[in-house]
Amino acid sequence: MATTAVEHAHADVHAHGSKTGLWSWITTVDHKRIGILYGATAFAFFLMGGIEALLLRIQLGRPDNTFLSPEVYNQLFTMHGTTMIFLAIMPLSAMFFNYMIPLLIGARDVAFPRLNAFSYWVFLLGGLFLNSGFLFGAAPNQGWFGYANLTSNQYSPGLNVDFWMIGLQILGIASLAAGVNFFVTVLNLRAPGMKLMRMPMFVWMSFITQVLILLAFPVITVALILLMFDRFFGSHFYVPSAGGDPLLWQHLFWIFGHPEVYILILPSFGIVSEILPVFSRKPLFGYAAMVFSGAFIAFLGFGVWSHHMFSTGMGPIADTVFSLSTMLIAVPTGVKIFNWIGTIWGGSVQLRTPMYFALGFIAMFIIGGLSGVMHASPPADLQQTDSYFVVAHFHYVLFGGSIFALTGGAYYWWPKMFGRMLNEGLGKLHFWLMLIGFNLTFFPMHFVGLLGMPRRVYTYPAGLGFEIFNQVETAGALLLGVAFLVFIWNVIRTSRGPANAPADPWNGATLEWAIPSPPQEFNFAEVPTVHSRDPLWETKRERGGQLPEPARVSGAGIHMPNPSYWPAVAAIGVTAVFVSLMMLPKFGPAGVVVAVAILFLGVFKWAFEPA
Amino acid sequence: MAFRPALRRVLRQAPFLIIALVLAACGRDYPQSTLRPHSDITRMIDGVFMNTVWWALGVFILVEGALVWAIFRFRGKPDDPEPRQTHGNTTIEILWTAIPALILAMISVPTVRAIFRTYDEPSGADVVRVNVRGHQWWWEFSYPQYGVTSANELHVPVGKTVFLEMNAYDVIHSFWMPQLGAKRDVFPNRKTTLWFRADSAGFYPGQCAEFCGTQHGRMAFHVAAETPAEFDAYIHGLQATNVAAAADSAKARPDTARRAAAPPVTTTALAAQTATGPDTAAGHKLFSSKGCVQCHSLNAVKFNKNLLGPNLANVGARRYIAAGTLPNTDANLAHWIQHPWSVKHGVLMPELGLSDADARTLAAYLRTHTGK
Repeated sequence: MATTAVEHAHADVHAHGSKTGLWSWITTVDHKRIGILYGATAFAFFLMGGIEALLLRIQLGRPDNTFLSPEVYNQLFTMHGTTMIFLAIMPLSAMFFNYMIPLLIGARDVAFPRLNAFSYWVFLLGGLFLNSGFLFGAAPNQGWFGYANLTSNQYSPGLNVDFWMIGLQILGIASLAAGVNFFVTVLNLRAPGMKLMRMPMFVWMSFITQVLILLAFPVITVALILLMFDRFFGSHFYVPSAGGDPLLWQHLFWIFGHPEVYILILPSFGIVSEILPVFSRKPLFGYAAMVFSGAFIAFLGFGVWSHHMFSTGMGPIADTVFSLSTMLIAVPTGVKIFNWIGTIWGGSVQLRTPMYFALGFIAMFIIGGLSGVMHASPPADLQQTDSYFVVAHFHYVLFGGSIFALTGGAYYWWPKMFGRMLNEGLGKLHFWLMLIGFNLTFFPMHFVGLLGMPRRVYTYPAGLGFEIFNQVETAGALLLGVAFLVFIWNVIRTSRGPANAPADPWNGATLEWAIPSPPQEFNFAEVPTVHSRDPLWETKRERGGQLPEPARVSGAGIHMPNPSYWPAVAAIGVTAVFVSLMMLPKFGPAGVVVAVAILFLGVFKWAFEPA
Repeated sequence: MAFRPALRRVLRQAPFLIIALVLAACGRDYPQSTLRPHSDITRMIDGVFMNTVWWALGVFILVEGALVWAIFRFRGKPDDPEPRQTHGNTTIEILWTAIPALILAMISVPTVRAIFRTYDEPSGADVVRVNVRGHQWWWEFSYPQYGVTSANELHVPVGKTVFLEMNAYDVIHSFWMPQLGAKRDVFPNRKTTLWFRADSAGFYPGQCAEFCGTQHGRMAFHVAAETPAEFDAYIHGLQATNVAAAADSAKARPDTARRAAAPPVTTTALAAQTATGPDTAAGHKLFSSKGCVQCHSLNAVKFNKNLLGPNLANVGARRYIAAGTLPNTDANLAHWIQHPWSVKHGVLMPELGLSDADARTLAAYLRTHTGK
């Protein structure tokens, strides 16, 4: 009894003690607050990446433009790609992993709350470090794919490549730590009765994403370590003049890089699979097929990497194998698209803002999928690769796909996260501006690519017929900028309004809609028992209609992990270790010693701190 | 909802906009277009691509049509009764797994056939062999059968198979000739190949397609596909740049001895001087004294293979300079020689601090080197 009383008092202290203020955010281990941190940080990086894109588009708005120098253009396109992939789409997905997975599976937090905080701080520091190159006029300039041997000391003297290489290495640690965390969370913390085949589709797709992260990130880590040795310690893994092979980098990079594409899109598949049933008022069509197609896509994702390398001339056998395996991916992807349409079919389609984005996602993703099949054919790819046709393709997948779905997810879960409904009118305006702006920006890229415009060129000459297409693209990009201004305005407006969102504004099917908006720190006062795939719909049907608004409860007696700043200290230590390596010529081994000491202190105190 | 009618109008016009763009793409002149194949291999690739396009277009219309139809057909109101709760349909699910697989089979058969064809290594006496070498940021073309080298302008005979064996001097580049031969990456440590047979004469632009550093955007070239007679004349002209050098090297010998540091180049340069008369003597002198000879040769046959810059034996007759960047006018040539960094910032050719007069003299001198 005595221990219980102590625990009560303890829970109360931190439940009422440090709820607000900067310090509470720095020390938080609450998955919901970490989710919000991820979201806010990633959105800021997303805006940076967007501004970089707008600058690129202005430069390309007319031929032989001198708005940007080639040096600056190369830094901006490198940072645009790196930022959007590692600092925007991945962490925006991570926002939903953090905030939603525990709620969707009926858990009170993730498996390792302090590791979760550590992941966030490492991500933040890695992102800031990557961008700090701009302050020195030495932002990465070798492309997000960093092909060797352009990245060697000989052809890339200066710190540009170092900022990129070290930045990605730091970010990889964040992704791996989070990958372990969510993998374990999904496997171990599901509410009673939530069998694997009862998990919400977003949880399934997120789970598969964690597997991909755990298997793919070690490869890029190894590739980057080899590069680090080449650049810092004079080894020659990728240096041909000393017997190294730049093609080795391409293979390592794409064995990571192609699964990475699915890391970027699978969470979005999951979000859309949550939105469509709710706004069609009908369960997801073909649940099992959706699970297995997702797993199959992930599995095949490790067997297609060389389709990024058809133009390297790997020989007819390799080309054939990778071509067929790539085309095969269209089958499970098609299954997903058909099942989404099957979900709408026969439903009662409610055209609210999240549904607009989910439907827009399907429409745009189909286009990206079809153009993907076109360059799965190596002969056709010999014309298309490294042209704007490919730029069109992957923006239809990553913007038309991921960003549409993530935005839809934001509108869908906003009331749950912040207790406020985003404005529907502004939301729909945002959608239409984004849809039109997106297609104006990226559809003409199909044409201009087929007409012979290569990627990653800082300018193009007049007379090749590229002008009109590039003008339309630039206008579309500016419209996309306006679309996101509308979103920001919507967020500001909403945050000034009353926090009066009901617990279940959309007639949701999953557990998170059963608890107050926003949820209390412990999520579920009583851990629910699950009997079906759509537990909340089932409960509502049993009770004959909408449930009463859930009451906020004291939460006394529920033990939640204590706040801690040691994960942040450890994150600083990790970053410092890498920075000290980069600064080895300047600070010498002493810098490394100090950095390792910080890391050790953080980990040590973390390990011996009572949770 | 005030924007809705306006939006419908826009959406209704969207197909026309797309058609207009397509028409624009077909009607105008697009010299670098992949959709205008001018060789057997690009025609084959175009066939594979268009086969995929038609299948994709069919799938696009069906699937997007089904999506849009479902949205409007099944649109409900919030207070409508709950629709029938279906969870799946095995027959339909098997069908929509099998049908895409069949369509992919239709695409993959011509694909695989074409893959093997792209890797053919043409043989035979009438195959024209070219060694292509990518440099930051220009292209070197040498003809091992004829012993000549040139840069940034690849001449090939129409109707004969051309076999390119390619590598890179420094970093990875990609050699892309959209109308004639598609593209292939070139590497510093391995050989890659392309082949094509041009079926119509023309002057086709192409450019580097793999990011290769600062001036990747200005690493273009042109392919001149010409009649076999014109091609032979071109080769003979290049070969003659050495004949002229050999004939004149005797006269120039005392000078050569003084400049033993770079013998082959100097020999050629002197030969050019004597061959082209007193007007170019000043230009020749500048070409040596300002350091041009450190990187460039004016002899297409015999030259130091470690020179960093493009061979200039026929630069006077090329249509473009600075790797497809500027039309080869006298003014552009002088400007490029004088201020290379204002044309291509970061390029290896240094700003030599030439006076206007020196630049004009050098340009006039190079103009006489036509390889004809």
